[in-house]
Amino acid sequence: MTEKQSIISTRRSKLTLEAVMSAAFLLCGLAAVVSVLFISVYMVASGGPVIAKVGILKFLLGRVWNPGNGQFGILPMILSSIFATAGAILIALPTGVLVAVFLSKLAPGKLPGALRALIDLLAGIPSVVYGLLGAILLAPLIFKLQTWAGLPQSGSLLAAISVLSIMILPTIITVSETALRAVPKQYEDAALALGSTRLQCIFRVTIPAAKSGIAAGMALGVGRAVGEAMAVTMVAGNAAILPELLKPVRLLTTSIPLEWAYSSGLHREALYGIGLVLFVFIMIINAALSAILKKGGAHNA
Amino acid sequence: MNQAKLYTKDLHLHYGEIHALKGVSMEFPARFVTALIGPSGCGKSTCLKTLNRMNDTVPGVKITGKVLLDGEDVYAKNVDVPTLRKKIGMVFQSPNPFPMSVYDNVAYGPRVHGLKNRLALDEIVEESLKAAAIWEEVKDRLKKPALRLSGGQQQRLCIARALATKPEILLMDEPTSALDPISTAKIEELAVELKKEYGIVIVTHNMQQAARISDYTAFFLLGNLVEHGPTSDIFSNPKEKRTEDYISGRFG
Repeated sequence: MTEKQSIISTRRSKLTLEAVMSAAFLLCGLAAVVSVLFISVYMVASGGPVIAKVGILKFLLGRVWNPGNGQFGILPMILSSIFATAGAILIALPTGVLVAVFLSKLAPGKLPGALRALIDLLAGIPSVVYGLLGAILLAPLIFKLQTWAGLPQSGSLLAAISVLSIMILPTIITVSETALRAVPKQYEDAALALGSTRLQCIFRVTIPAAKSGIAAGMALGVGRAVGEAMAVTMVAGNAAILPELLKPVRLLTTSIPLEWAYSSGLHREALYGIGLVLFVFIMIINAALSAILKKGGAHNA
Repeated sequence: MNQAKLYTKDLHLHYGEIHALKGVSMEFPARFVTALIGPSGCGKSTCLKTLNRMNDTVPGVKITGKVLLDGEDVYAKNVDVPTLRKKIGMVFQSPNPFPMSVYDNVAYGPRVHGLKNRLALDEIVEESLKAAAIWEEVKDRLKKPALRLSGGQQQRLCIARALATKPEILLMDEPTSALDPISTAKIEELAVELKKEYGIVIVTHNMQQAARISDYTAFFLLGNLVEHGPTSDIFSNPKEKRTEDYISGRFG
């Protein structure tokens, strides 16, 4: 090249393109933020009034949900949601962590790859299909239990817990496996060199070192379980009574699609109110999740 | 019959196609420091890891020949590997304390070997930390995370952790390569102190270190044990031309 290259750009278009693109990125970023803000404001604006009208304590702690009679107590639904989620975690967390341990540390050869593909498939199955399977396969078994206990055959908390636990399993497995794989090999080498068996090494060193990642998987599972409506509607029986294992339950989520079509006036507003409660639930779970992740990050640094 | 505590006999190791150890026969006497030296990839670390079977988990590894500890074959079918590793402790290249408290790190070994008694654990922890010359620095922070200690302190903690299982032999795989000179000096002093009770095998890149602290030195090249003898002989009067070249090359 004999011609000297100037650092002064003569190509305007290049600079303009840069400016346009960064504006576009900014806009996309803002879209996400604005959506969240809009949803938050809208949920409060639409769900707030009914809570004020009914009274916050009567709404949250009322035991009777009878819209025809003007009774809007959602305590049974709140407790049912909490019990169903807690039950699902109680089953899915240990199972999921053990599966993750198997996949990341113990499974030989190509088995982990094959299993992982199946688990991803499990995660992708539409929730209504889980509902169908629950209703067809699980419900008859629980009917037997109910008959044995002298209760009428119906949907139940137990059925909801079972279906939810299977639905959140893939999330817990995947996140836990990632966390277990991220544990530095040198910790495990140290444990083995001290004379640990493979299992002692996993349970005393690897899993504790991965606990913040596993907790994140659990929080994601809780989020999914709290928010799930479709599958639960099909197996839970949907009676708004205080939860018992073998009796029908109605979760926060399921009330909304069940009653939406025929609700009006204060009844419909009450469904907005349930939506707001659910929204706050999820916010709390997400806040807990990011707190866990932050703590985990600080711990590893 | 060989009287040494630990020795290898015609030890070969293959990683897949790579022939990493080519018939190593040498002894590691108790109460002495044996240094393994040689250029990167010569097999010295591999040789060290065959002694407590830390190569077992490497995929495609194949080991023939013998490693004998007190006359028992380390690679026999019915060997209980955890017990072997309890007897032959190991310290790694970079300090690797567990993400737990100082106390729990040292108590880890005794606990996995079944010790639950609180007082006995307290005693072993204190004893081990003292033996590793770090007790004075950590005695007031036993419950604090081990990862907050400095690199040199972490390495001495790892030595304490290895001592807590009451091993007979301590393997050290380039234990000072990640440390500053002052921490290095402390670890070297410690190695010399520890040989009164343990057999020590140390892999090192640093030939002055081998000269300073070891009683015996083994020089490895391309998977062969080229020369093995008293450290003073190896450094001042090597028999092999290759040993002399390596040593003088590094010093020159």
